Amino acid sequence: MESDLIAVRGLRVSFGSDAGVARVLDGVDLTIRRGEIMGLVGESGCGKTTLARSILGILPPHATRIEAGEIRFEGRDLLGLGEKTLASEIRGRAIAYIPQDPFTAFNPVFTIGTQIDDLMRFKSPLLRGGALSGRDRRRQDRARVLELLRMVQLPDPEGVLRKYPHEVSGGQRQRLMIAMALLPEPQLVIADEPTTALDVTVQAQILTLLKRLAREHGVAVLFTTHDLGTAYEICDRITVMYAGQEVEEAPVASFFDAPSHPYTRKLLDSLPSSENGIRGIAGEIPRLIDPPSGCRFHPRCERATEECRTTRPPPEAVAAGHTVRCHHPLEGGA
Amino acid sequence: MTVEPILSVDGLHKHFPVRNVWKRRVGWLRAVDGVSFDVRRGEILGIVGESGCGKSTLGKTLMGIQPATSGRVVFEGNDVAGLTPAQARKYREHLQYCYQDPGASLDPRWTIRSSLHEPLIVHTDLPTAERETRVREILKAVGLPETHLDLYPHEISGGQQRRVGLARILTLKPSVVILDEPTSGLDVSVQATILNLFLDLQRAFGLTYLFISHDLSVVRLVCHRVAVMYLGRIVEIGQTEAIFAAPQHPYTQSLLAAIPKIGGARVTDSFALEGEPPSPTNLPSGCRFRTRCPRAAGLCAEQDPALLGDGAEHAVACHFPGP
Repeated sequence: MESDLIAVRGLRVSFGSDAGVARVLDGVDLTIRRGEIMGLVGESGCGKTTLARSILGILPPHATRIEAGEIRFEGRDLLGLGEKTLASEIRGRAIAYIPQDPFTAFNPVFTIGTQIDDLMRFKSPLLRGGALSGRDRRRQDRARVLELLRMVQLPDPEGVLRKYPHEVSGGQRQRLMIAMALLPEPQLVIADEPTTALDVTVQAQILTLLKRLAREHGVAVLFTTHDLGTAYEICDRITVMYAGQEVEEAPVASFFDAPSHPYTRKLLDSLPSSENGIRGIAGEIPRLIDPPSGCRFHPRCERATEECRTTRPPPEAVAAGHTVRCHHPLEGGA
Repeated sequence: MTVEPILSVDGLHKHFPVRNVWKRRVGWLRAVDGVSFDVRRGEILGIVGESGCGKSTLGKTLMGIQPATSGRVVFEGNDVAGLTPAQARKYREHLQYCYQDPGASLDPRWTIRSSLHEPLIVHTDLPTAERETRVREILKAVGLPETHLDLYPHEISGGQQRRVGLARILTLKPSVVILDEPTSGLDVSVQATILNLFLDLQRAFGLTYLFISHDLSVVRLVCHRVAVMYLGRIVEIGQTEAIFAAPQHPYTQSLLAAIPKIGGARVTDSFALEGEPPSPTNLPSGCRFRTRCPRAAGLCAEQDPALLGDGAEHAVACHFPGP
């Protein structure tokens, strides 16, 4: 398809551990179009971060094995590229990353300015042409850095560059992270729970900023979160994952109005609200070392039948752009 | 007031010295700065606020984990602030503190049985057999089978560890439990299970909770009353419905406006509050919120507003309260 920026197909990733082989991703499909904000939601341990890391190619090499699948980014299969090409063209260039924890992402002994300069030394978009002299490039880069720091609404950008990471607050560090992710002019930004560590008022500011900048720069965002409220705030489309399998993909409006997968329904019901009271999902998340066969949600699903235990449902379109992987999908969100 | 408060806090201050590299004191961090409130028997009082506003320090100071700088904490009729740990021990039996992840406080080399017996050995002189009956009773109340007594923490799941941690707190039959961020970092489905457990236990044992949290949607569901803190002060306190339906303080209003609401207008399109809380080592003059407040006027810089009630248990610390 023309507008697809990245397409993950049938990705299987497993982790070796003392207790056995954990199958963390089991045939995951995911498509992100150019310039859209895709939400990836699911409970902890469902494989959101592993998927994000496989796209970036930063899974720990000794403990993980990519068993099958492909990650097509602009026509190239990222899994087939060499480490050198990945480092010089993809990672930190075409695909940038915003970490969950802005507190550990900086090196505490260097100033923020030094760390941003280091980033630009290797990942500056001006390096691509190679026509500029080192000094010219550094001067232009510095101007771009200050412009972006102003765009992320940091007060006194010159002053911030002279500070050490501990001298700025958590919200400001996350703003710096967003600025640093956008500096290499990427086409895709992977934001891994960027607001989990922040307070609600700061979260609202950061989400506003991320949404605006992504739109202005035409950057696609893969936004992983376990908070459905924040997903509602900024996403265009949402993919739900459960225990290493994606179960439903829908545009944000029909995701919240008419979820088709029983797990999505239960996830929405377990949000604390005055109408629903406090409702959990019965049962526990399966252990990934010996996951349930077929649809991995079947042990906790009251609609499960024999078919669910044996075969994983194929993706089925229920509406425009809305696909679900369930043998017995819900009608009209009920 | 109709019911005698079980825990009464009056003008509590907790200041930490800020020292430079030569260990000379260069200032004070006023983490809790003049907090007063009452907790009634059997109620759940929520304490909400952003990180760094002093909620956890408040909980720890009430518990006596840190000595208070000044002020009174009257628990069941006795002033427990400023007591030495040895003197406070007999009161503390009935005032318990529950950390964010109570399961993490289990010793990995002890069986669940030893962990559950320990508080009884420290605080009571019950014979072993009676301790065992008490332990089994509590274990049943938190919904775990007795066979778990001989297991080690790593053999049970995280959720079960949490339950054991709670059981450990409940073996001493406390009357007040301070819950410090009990559900933060949990997924919504697990959070619901834990909250239901808290509510069941509260009914079963007639507990009083002080529920410290930054998650307003949870506080709304479980608490009877809510106190909103900002930089070491309570800025608004009242019945949960009143706070959520008609908040009077501009800070409470912004805090409520910042929660994403599924299906409603998007917060990212309308949210107005700028900036972040100032550092508690360097507080603004007058009202602490004035640097971010949309209603700030000259008076706010000069005078610190007092926490004033409207008679119906709703109190606000603001010169210009209103919807």
